[in-house]
Amino acid sequence: MMFDIIIKIFPYAIAFTAPLLITALGGLYSERSGVVNIGLEGLMVIGFFAGAVTIKSLEATVPQLSILVGILAGIIAGALFSLLHAFASISLNADQVISGTAINMLAGALTLFFARTITGSGNISITLGIVRSAVPVLSKIPLIGPIFFTNTYYTTWIVLAIWGFSWFLLYKTSFGLRLRACGEHPNAAASAGVNVVRMRYIGVMVSGALAGLGGAVMIATYAGEFNGTVAGLGFLALAALIFGQWKPLGILGAAFFFGFARTVADASQVIPQFNVVPPIILKIFPYVVTLIALVLFSKTSKAPKAAGQPFDLRGK
Amino acid sequence: MKRDYTGIVKSLGAVFLGLLAGAILMIAIGANPLKGYFYLFQGGLKSIERIGNVFAIATTLILTGLSVAFAFRTGLFNIGAAGQMLIGGLCATVIGLSVELPRLVLLPVMFLAALIGGAVWGVIPGFLKARFNVHEVVATIMMNWIAYWVVYYTIRNYFTAGLETESASMPAAGQLRVSWLSQLLSGSYLNLGIVISILCVIVIKFILDRTTLGYELKAVGFNRHAAKYAGIKVNRSIILSMMIAGGLAGLAGLTYYTGYSVNIQIGILPSQGFDGIAVALLGATSPWGVFFSATFFGILHAGKGFMNANTSIPPQISDSIIAIIIYFTATSLFIEKLYKKLRGRRADRKQIKAGGDE
Repeated sequence: MMFDIIIKIFPYAIAFTAPLLITALGGLYSERSGVVNIGLEGLMVIGFFAGAVTIKSLEATVPQLSILVGILAGIIAGALFSLLHAFASISLNADQVISGTAINMLAGALTLFFARTITGSGNISITLGIVRSAVPVLSKIPLIGPIFFTNTYYTTWIVLAIWGFSWFLLYKTSFGLRLRACGEHPNAAASAGVNVVRMRYIGVMVSGALAGLGGAVMIATYAGEFNGTVAGLGFLALAALIFGQWKPLGILGAAFFFGFARTVADASQVIPQFNVVPPIILKIFPYVVTLIALVLFSKTSKAPKAAGQPFDLRGK
Repeated sequence: MKRDYTGIVKSLGAVFLGLLAGAILMIAIGANPLKGYFYLFQGGLKSIERIGNVFAIATTLILTGLSVAFAFRTGLFNIGAAGQMLIGGLCATVIGLSVELPRLVLLPVMFLAALIGGAVWGVIPGFLKARFNVHEVVATIMMNWIAYWVVYYTIRNYFTAGLETESASMPAAGQLRVSWLSQLLSGSYLNLGIVISILCVIVIKFILDRTTLGYELKAVGFNRHAAKYAGIKVNRSIILSMMIAGGLAGLAGLTYYTGYSVNIQIGILPSQGFDGIAVALLGATSPWGVFFSATFFGILHAGKGFMNANTSIPPQISDSIIAIIIYFTATSLFIEKLYKKLRGRRADRKQIKAGGDE
């Protein structure tokens, strides 16, 4: 009985986790390069919007391509919009938290401004979406097959592939070492010949691209309609980044943990077995455990040391 | 002594750039920006009622702005005004909906409840910062979302009537709206909240300028290490500052949910909490600066409906302009440099001229 429910709920949990994971991963690039990015929420909204607009305008003429192009549009829009944050915090040495806040507010206001101009109501609904499918062969494995490999969106596998690639890139290549060095000791990195400004621009733009991808995945999978907000998913991703202690594996675990808790909380309205834990506990759980983690790791925090500090060679 | 106008120039520069960007946005959707701004400001200022509404909107923004500005003075970034405001509003609403008292007793009790609720929500990140060095930005963001869900379930499970997305309406005794004020301003939303917010401006100004507490808090904001060296209890200052900031935001919740509106919408973080950051920055973190910038944002918000009715411009233009203004205050160093460069050049020229005359 319980197993049936888990099988039923798992695909939803994973569908919810995919945008969360990819956005948190985006935050990792930015913060590892030394730029705090609390604008993830806004960057997701941008991807959400760009994806919705693109898919809506193409779905009648080229239905096969529209979703793929929409996802691509989300990535590009996110990366371009994040340039605002990069320019302010890297080139102008602005306060990164204020700039990130501005990104969040600007994204929410601008997308609704344009959405209302396009549709009148401000909501953009798409009729197409990615169809869930089973992974060949793997879905036949007993136990694991029905849980992980049936009813999946192909975007989930893309997200996981990017996650794996990121781990490799950040920890096994000289590029990754340089990027991380910019977030820990930018002066040392600079004296070793690393172009800190360029690395930080790359870090922020990758975070924009991945958060944009997160938003686009939302519209293409479970959301189906743009309404001007991603309802705090970007902040949840930020919590996953922190709870995961700025490490790829930690982020994967945290994102899944948070995604599952959220899904169980939502499902408890329909599935009485989940009612043992009040939904409010499950909903606030990610934020509370993140606070607790911050307290517990306050002495040994793995946060990038130079994150949030402007880097200015000219002044020195 | 020459007065330094850099702060005012920075703010005016950001406002100018924000309005300019807003004009570009209007042009981008094929609208006439002159017409747009004409209707926007007319919508905010054309009648007594509308001016009343400007201050009704500003009421909440003054308090969230003060909250952010006060924490800023101690070197803390309170990004959690939205959550503190929600909890303050919740505490006041719960009391207003469940206790029957004469108005003269009920309103002060609700006031205290909102103040304490917000203060508790602010003091937790303050404590975490002081005791465990947890960054207040992250802690207040987490507290925002905890508040979001606490309010969501508390209202939905116990205080709804009819609609599932909002609380039952506040009975007249628990509202800050008073009929004589509405009648005086021909039906405006302006309510007793404006008295609360102006009093708070005065009190905060007094605390910052005239008390030892204010001096200590500012000293911690200027240089934490020097303050500690001078014998100021830095941790206590951080906790107190966040407590007061939270209390102010809690009062913002009181004025918004029992004055401007008469119920709590659930499933939304109030945008006033984030607008408060813009208000504080634009007001250069001074209490009267906060008052004026909140009033300016009040005009933008009060006029947007009228503008939308008369043009094709969506009301989100106001939120866009405010967001752009925040962006430009964040990058104000750029404006400041530009201003100083221009002024420096003029001063140079004067000097050269003076030198040439000799």
